[in-house]
Amino acid sequence: MRSRIGSATARVAVLGLVLVGLWALWEGYRKLWEETGWTRPFPVNATTMPHLHDIVGALFDPIREGEPLLARYMLDAALFTAKEAAVGFAIGATIGFLLGALIARFGVLQRGVMPYVVASQTIPILALAPIVVVGLGNVSIVGWTPKDWMRVAVIAAYLTFFPVTVNTVRGLRSADPAAVELMESYAAREWSVFWKLRVPAAMPYLFSAFKVAATASVVGAVIGELPSSIQDGLGGWIINFNQYYALDPENLWAVNLVAALLGISFFLVVVLVEKLVVHRAPEQLV
Amino acid sequence: MTVAEAVVTARGITKTFGKGGVTALQDIDLEVGSGEFISLIGPSGCGKSTLLRVIGDLVEPTAGEILVNGKTAHRARLDRDYGIVFQAAVLYDWRTVVKNIALPLELLGWSRAKRAERVSEMVKLVELEGFEKHYPWQLSGGMQQRVSIARALSFSPALLLMDEPFGALDEMTRERLNAELLRIWAETRSTVIFVTHSISEAVYLSTRVVVMSPRPGRITSVIPIDLPQPRMFETREDPRFFELVTEVREALHAGGGDE
Repeated sequence: MRSRIGSATARVAVLGLVLVGLWALWEGYRKLWEETGWTRPFPVNATTMPHLHDIVGALFDPIREGEPLLARYMLDAALFTAKEAAVGFAIGATIGFLLGALIARFGVLQRGVMPYVVASQTIPILALAPIVVVGLGNVSIVGWTPKDWMRVAVIAAYLTFFPVTVNTVRGLRSADPAAVELMESYAAREWSVFWKLRVPAAMPYLFSAFKVAATASVVGAVIGELPSSIQDGLGGWIINFNQYYALDPENLWAVNLVAALLGISFFLVVVLVEKLVVHRAPEQLV
Repeated sequence: MTVAEAVVTARGITKTFGKGGVTALQDIDLEVGSGEFISLIGPSGCGKSTLLRVIGDLVEPTAGEILVNGKTAHRARLDRDYGIVFQAAVLYDWRTVVKNIALPLELLGWSRAKRAERVSEMVKLVELEGFEKHYPWQLSGGMQQRVSIARALSFSPALLLMDEPFGALDEMTRERLNAELLRIWAETRSTVIFVTHSISEAVYLSTRVVVMSPRPGRITSVIPIDLPQPRMFETREDPRFFELVTEVREALHAGGGDE
């Protein structure tokens, strides 16, 4: 127990040190370039590289005189984008798992379907996003028109399903052949073998896919917002602050910081769920 | 040899792998009576594990017939007549000791209460009290194998098939588990078919030792073990024990087995 507490302290200490190190690198680089007047690869000033304390400080300034702090708006925007990303993650993970399960079960699909799955990820998401979010804007399904944010969720799902499919196939096939033989000796139905052996055996693989997918879903949601007229998410703020970059560069950096924090929180949620769900020897966790 | 109450009857079992390939088993006849403890012994490649799998309907024979309690081996497997213990414990890492033992009971559709009751009996039988909530990777190799035995016996199968279950364990653990297995066998009155390549283990455990030879795998002799029951630690020092060990060893060499 003592060693566990010790290693937790060590981990926090390392995290803190890395943070301090990154801060020192950024500010040190700025200082060096400013002092020497070097202009390569780019001249350093408050526009190209704002001070880190200015970026964090921007969050705690009102965006205009007499209005709430930027952080207040960022929180709302982050929650909006989080909703798109979470729904997208859920859809993508579900589709990814089902597709992976089919491919794992029917070997013929491996060659027939997998190339398309791979090809789907070679399409630049920036080109696809406007088609889905804007182009399909008026599509209605039996009289029901999906809301804008739902179409953004589709982009998030698009980035999510791929790692889940790939790892589902590997994970479901990772079951020990002797364990499969054991199930045969009990005359277990294929359905039981799937739920009691293959899926639990795949869990470490699934969770390592979920970790990749969790951050990808946030990226997908932000990118999905860009070509649309959605103003409520982080993507809308990125477009907005992009236009005013010359005036308030630290605002754009601040949104990026918030987007990164959102991605990290998604990742940590997956890690937490994994700790609760997967009981495995530490060295067997993928 | 005729046995009053045959649990397993094998007639003319032949198994070849691949087209015109290796003959793993040739013309095997074997009868196993209720409550017997039969060891299959032979050098590697003699087909003893294949024979065990044919009996358990995990491998289909090329020719011949297996009857288990008067049914085909396939029917017997569907009726859950087999408890199997492999060389590796093959426990599910994501299940605790009790959940591992309960696995076949879940597949048989037992109620939660009935499962819990039986599992606690089994935990006592293999002396794992206090380890119920442990995960397999928190147990020693010997303890893992005891969980595997408890799982195989949990649903009282007609036949216990064991494929070198103690082969990967150290000598001390192996001897202790041998003694435990005999106690469990006596308590549960199971019928056991046990694959091993250890002569002393086969003699110590069995009521009969079936000696096999390789290429092609066939039965060269069947040696009844007339050591008194129950077998004790001292059994291994009994002069009769050494005579039987010698007899099995000579039978192995006569069969052309290059150990």
